[in-house]
Amino acid sequence: MIDKLQYKRYSEKAILIQWPSGIGEKTLNDLLFYKKKIEIFYDKLIVEVISAYNSILIYYHITIEDFYSTVLELKSLYSLGFKNLKTKNRLWKIPVCYSPSLASDLENFASQKSLTIDEVITMHTAPFYTVYFIGFLPGFLYLGGLVDPLHLARKSTPSLQVKKGSVAIGGKQTGVYPIDSPGGWHVIGVCPLDFFDPKSDPCCFISPGDSVQFISIKEKEYNDIRSLVSNGIYFPESVIL
Amino acid sequence: MMGVVKIIKPGIFTTVQDEGRFVFSKYGVPKSGAMDLESLRFANLLLGNDKNCACIEWAFQPPVLQFSEATSIVLTGAPVDAFLNGEKIKMYHQTKVSKNDILVINFCKNKVYGYVGIKNGFRSSIVLDSRSYYGGITAKKKLSVGDEIAYKKQEYFKGNFSGISASFFTETTKVVEVYPGPEYELLSIEQKRVLTNSVFTISNTINRMAIQLEEKLKNSISSIITSPVMPGTVQLTPSGSLIVLMRDCQTTGGYPRVLQVTENAINQIAQKRMGEKFNFVLVNF
Repeated sequence: MIDKLQYKRYSEKAILIQWPSGIGEKTLNDLLFYKKKIEIFYDKLIVEVISAYNSILIYYHITIEDFYSTVLELKSLYSLGFKNLKTKNRLWKIPVCYSPSLASDLENFASQKSLTIDEVITMHTAPFYTVYFIGFLPGFLYLGGLVDPLHLARKSTPSLQVKKGSVAIGGKQTGVYPIDSPGGWHVIGVCPLDFFDPKSDPCCFISPGDSVQFISIKEKEYNDIRSLVSNGIYFPESVIL
Repeated sequence: MMGVVKIIKPGIFTTVQDEGRFVFSKYGVPKSGAMDLESLRFANLLLGNDKNCACIEWAFQPPVLQFSEATSIVLTGAPVDAFLNGEKIKMYHQTKVSKNDILVINFCKNKVYGYVGIKNGFRSSIVLDSRSYYGGITAKKKLSVGDEIAYKKQEYFKGNFSGISASFFTETTKVVEVYPGPEYELLSIEQKRVLTNSVFTISNTINRMAIQLEEKLKNSISSIITSPVMPGTVQLTPSGSLIVLMRDCQTTGGYPRVLQVTENAINQIAQKRMGEKFNFVLVNF
């Protein structure tokens, strides 16, 4: 236990729990552990638990009759320890082609940051990014760990369509667009993988708590992997952390 | 045996909707589902359907539909004049449809969303447990000319159907019931007073994702750390705009959540037109 959590009634059927500590891996681990316990203990009562940086939303099947006692129960579940509830987090190796011919903003991004393209690639592929949660778009990963020299404010005019697979930087964040979408981030690379596939179960292969490392690939490799992915015979490399 | 309904004219924004997707928000998938869930459920109730059967939802301009096989339909939602092969039919009543019948619905003058329910539901493909259209998830974002959606042909018809007086459902309320949102307590006394005591107007920016209001609220509270949101969440943007999130909204957001529209009132606000005025009324859980 690291925090005094806040429990808020959000709607007829939903309770929001907030960690006052803000964004961080300690909060994330505490939150994901609690989320797992809720999913196991209240399996029949809840529709799902949605997590973000420092909050979770519990959505129940029916209207919550007694908020006070529901929260009391949740609080005692929070303080309950579990020895066998270790979740296995994975480190995913995600191939990205950083080529100006495929990534429309790469050259401009590098010059705005006074970096060479190789320096951008080196800095972007170095960290293990932590996956905090999935939101914004189906399969969009909120990643933590972008290094300071790559921070760049979003475009003042968003692009009407950022292509699926675009690897981009916006402010202090980096991410991969899982579907075509308008967006204001700078596209510095393209990834051949599908981060969201409604025909797969689960529809996202990466979970909150996992880590991601980007691996620089050439354009030919990008095309090869892309065709394997479209044929459903490529699965990304990962190791258990 | 299956029949198909053919889209002769698509209307402005016509989709297939059921109650939506429920267990996929954790993957960033919007809930979707009928904008006015109550009207969807009434259509299914009157047809003796499962409550999650898919209906055709239209906005403002209804579609023209042709049915290839016999079935029964029910129209609910926005009040309209509707004709089956030129003959006027009642809303909120079962209507028997024969092979090749054409349904024409006049432009709607009140409310926004209407529903065409069909015996046993429309059978567009199921993606992530739901038939609700959403671009990027289902193959189509909206219905277009020539599209065909399957349904089960009805072999037997009973003589008597129950119906509801449509006039009962055409009333529009001037109030929208809300709960205090997670960030409500961050508002000043004056902001709270304005929020719950003044008249708000539906702006021109309305769609399945959100309804923006015309009036602005002087905003002094900063953005929050990105956190879950739901249909019915009223966000306050840095410029002071109030945005009511609707069925196709994102799963997380960074604007303060000042109010949460009650489940029932989401259906009511969905049916409000541009320029329509209303009050927020705070209720307790």
